[in-house]
Amino acid sequence: MRSVAADRSGSTRPYIVCVVAWVVPGAGHVWMGRRQKGLAFLVLLTILFASGIWLEGQLFPLDPAQPLVALAGLADMGVGVPYLIAKAVGAGMGRAVAVTYEYGNTFIIVAGLLNMLVALDAFDIAKGRK
Amino acid sequence: MTSHLGMMVVFSLLVSGVFAVLMRDEPVEQAKLGARLVAAFVGAGFLIGWLLYPLPF
Repeated sequence: MRSVAADRSGSTRPYIVCVVAWVVPGAGHVWMGRRQKGLAFLVLLTILFASGIWLEGQLFPLDPAQPLVALAGLADMGVGVPYLIAKAVGAGMGRAVAVTYEYGNTFIIVAGLLNMLVALDAFDIAKGRK
Repeated sequence: MTSHLGMMVVFSLLVSGVFAVLMRDEPVEQAKLGARLVAAFVGAGFLIGWLLYPLPF
């Protein structure tokens, strides 16, 4: 389980790992040699995000006029590539009258926030803290 | 899955899975922590639902 050459120097590598981990859920852990964790994150976070889309949740815009909406939009983006794919295919428009709308939003937002946490964990591993 | 209970259980399973993998290194430990977290999520959901049930709104 434990792996890899942790970077205890002040190089930029941990930051690159962090960005990669954000873009593709679990990729940072796979890069750091923790393949089981990385694949688990990829599967779980993708299912969580896709379930949110399926439940008719919305991908919120970054609207500075509505700070809470903008925060939700930032959280949505936290999941990385799945967010971009959903945007590209026109998914995540949300249907506010759907009974599952708020559940869908919760699934999507939590997927993004959890992926941010996973990216920070990958950063810590790359730094040699874990 | 689109019942309230179904969505709560699916959400609990997925989020607990992520936390368990994040917080433990060994698969057995991950499974144990994941099971405890799912039980806590679902149990708390039932408890809060039961406490809120008498409210008129």
